Amino acid sequence: MKEATIVLNTKEGLHARPAGIFAKAASKVKSNIKIYKNDDMQNAYNPKSILSVLSMGAQKGDKLTLVLEGEDEETAIMELKNLLETDLDE
Amino acid sequence: MLLKGISVSPGIAIGKVLLKEEVTVEIKRNEIHDIDTELKRLENAMEKSKNQLQELYEQTLQKSGKHEAQIFASHAMILEDEGFIGQVQSKVRLDKVNAEWAMKEVSEQLVKMFEEMENEYMQERAMDIKEVSMKMLRNLSGSNDDCLKQVNEPVIIVTKELTASDIVQMDSNNILGFVTEEGGKTSHSAIMARSMEVPAVFGIEGACIKIQNGDKLIIDAANGTVIVNPEQDILDKYGDKKQKLEKRMRILSKIKGTETITTDGVKLEVACNIGLPEDVEKVIEKGGEGIGLFRTEFLYMSRTSLPTEEEQYKAYKTVLEKMKGKQVVIRTFDVGGDKALDYLEFPKEDNPFLGYRAIRYCLDKRDLWKVQLRAILRASVHGNAKLMFPMISALSELRLAKEILEEVKDGLRKQEIPFCEKLEVGIMIETPAAVWMADLLAKEVDFFSIGTNDLIQYTMAVDRMNPHVAHLYSQYNPAVLRSIKRTIDAAHEAGIWVGMCGEAAADPKLIPILIGMGLDEFSMNPSSVLEAKRIIKQFSKKETEGLVDWVMKMSTAAEVEGFLTSIEKTVDLG
Repeated sequence: MKEATIVLNTKEGLHARPAGIFAKAASKVKSNIKIYKNDDMQNAYNPKSILSVLSMGAQKGDKLTLVLEGEDEETAIMELKNLLETDLDE
Repeated sequence: MLLKGISVSPGIAIGKVLLKEEVTVEIKRNEIHDIDTELKRLENAMEKSKNQLQELYEQTLQKSGKHEAQIFASHAMILEDEGFIGQVQSKVRLDKVNAEWAMKEVSEQLVKMFEEMENEYMQERAMDIKEVSMKMLRNLSGSNDDCLKQVNEPVIIVTKELTASDIVQMDSNNILGFVTEEGGKTSHSAIMARSMEVPAVFGIEGACIKIQNGDKLIIDAANGTVIVNPEQDILDKYGDKKQKLEKRMRILSKIKGTETITTDGVKLEVACNIGLPEDVEKVIEKGGEGIGLFRTEFLYMSRTSLPTEEEQYKAYKTVLEKMKGKQVVIRTFDVGGDKALDYLEFPKEDNPFLGYRAIRYCLDKRDLWKVQLRAILRASVHGNAKLMFPMISALSELRLAKEILEEVKDGLRKQEIPFCEKLEVGIMIETPAAVWMADLLAKEVDFFSIGTNDLIQYTMAVDRMNPHVAHLYSQYNPAVLRSIKRTIDAAHEAGIWVGMCGEAAADPKLIPILIGMGLDEFSMNPSSVLEAKRIIKQFSKKETEGLVDWVMKMSTAAEVEGFLTSIEKTVDLG
C-alpha cells in the first residue's frame, strides 16, 4: 500500500474540467485508489469516478490524501500526486 | 415592472421576449419483464447522447474556444461514469423498472447531493447532472423538440434555466439577451453568455410567470435589473444609454494597440500588474504595454515547499518570452506580516505591517533570497526584464540588497551562466521614509515604482481593513499627493523614470493629475488598461500641469476629490 498527501494547487478547486482530467488519469491506473479530504478518514472518494471527485468539492489549499493498493501502486502514486500538485486549470 | 437578479454578463439589451417554457416530461414508473431489452434501450440512448455531446463539443470549439468546449467533454465523462450510468443500469436490473424511471431517480439523488454542498460552485454543478439526464431522457423517449433552434428574429430569451447546450444550438445573431430564474455567475451558461458578449441577468425568481411571451423587455445587466413593458420615456432613456455604451465599446476596442500619447504628443506607458505567468494572456488580450509589477510571491503561495530555482526560472522566462521584448518589472517576493507561508517560519507579530516582511525578511534570509535572484538573473536573457525591491525604507537596505545581487552575479559569472549585465534595478516607493529619501535613493537606482496601496496606509497611518478608520484611507489626501509629487520630482531630478503600480494608477479621476506630475508609467489590472489609455489620450500634458498647480494648493481630500470629479465630468465624452 502506498500513501501520499498533497495540497491542491488548482485555482478554482477540482471543478468539472480539472476533475475530468484527474478522473481520466486515475481510470488508467490498475491499483485500487481511495482519496480522502482534509484528514476526514470516514469519507473515502473514488478518483476513478468524475462524480465522486466532483462530490468531494475540493478547493485550492485543501489537503488530499491518496491511498493506492495494487500492482502499479509505485508508479501510479507519483503520477497522480504530480497531477494534483500542478495547476490543472492551466 | 422592475425585476432584480444577478448580473452574469454585462451590457444593455432591449427587445421582444421569447419565453422558453420548461418541457416537463412526465415520467412514469413501469415494471419491466425484459431486462435485456431495457438495458439495450439505455445503451442506445447513451450512444446517441454521446454523439450529440461530441457534436456540441465541436460546435463550441469553433464558436467559442477550447475552454467552453471542455464543458461538453466533462458532460460526456459524467454520462459514462460508473456513479451515473452504472447506477441507472443496476437500478433497471435490480428494481426491474423502466430506464426513464431509473434515470430520474439516480439523477434526482445526485442533484440533491450537489445542491446540498456548501460551496456555490459545486451547487451549480447540479446543473451539469440535470443537463446530462435531460439529454438522456429526451433520447430515451425519442422526442427532440427544441424551440430554441428555431429562433428566427432578434429576441431576449426568458427561461427557467439555461443550459450550455441550449446556447450553443441557438443562432447567436438573433439572441439579444438572457433572463433566467436559476443559475449564477459561474454556471456554464453564464460563461458562454460572457464569451458571446450577450447581456444576461440570472436568478430572477418567478421570471417565467411575471414575464409573458412577446413582452417588451429591457435588460440592464450592470445593475442586474430587468424592466418589463417599460413606458416610452424609459425605453428612450435606455436606448440612449445603450448607444452610448456601444460607442464606448467601439472606442475602447479601437484604442487597443494604439500608442498612449497625450494630445500634445507626450508618450506614456500603460502596463499591467500580474501575479502568475498565466495572467500574461489577459495582459496581451487587453493590450498592456508591459508589466509594471510581477508579484512573485504568488509563486511561493499555495504550496508545501519553496519553489526551486528551476521552477522560478521557468516562470520568469515564460512571462518574458510571452511579452516579446516589452518591459517586465519583476519584484522580488514580498511575504511576511499578513502574507505568511505555511512552510516558512514567521514569528507571530503584534504589528505585521510594521514588521518582518518583504525586503527586511529577504535581507535576513539571504540564502533563500539568492535562489530567487539567481532565477531572475538567468531568465533576464529571455526578454526585457527589470528587477525591483519591495518596501525599502532606508538607503542602507538598498545598498545591502545590491551587494547581495552582485554576489549572485559573481557566482553566475564564475559558472559562465549568461545573464543580462545591464539589468535595471529599481525600488518600490511605499514608505514615507523612502519618499523623504527619494532624492538620494534615486541616485542609486534605475527607476522607482510608487506602490500607492501601502504608501497611503503608511502615510496616513491607517489600516484600510479597519472600518473605523477606513475613511482616512484616500489617494486624494493632500499628504498622499504631496508624497507622490515629491517622489516623481526626485526621480526626474536624478534622470530616472518613475511608474506607479498601486490601484491609484487606474483611478480615472487621478490619472490627469498623475500625467501633470510627470508619471512615466501607469501599471494596473489588465481590465483597466483600455479605459486608462482612453483617459490619457484626452488630455494634454500642458493642461494637466495646470490642474496639478490647482490641486496642490488644496487642503483636504474632499476638496481634491470634488475638483477632480468635476474635471472627470467635463471631459468624459465617452
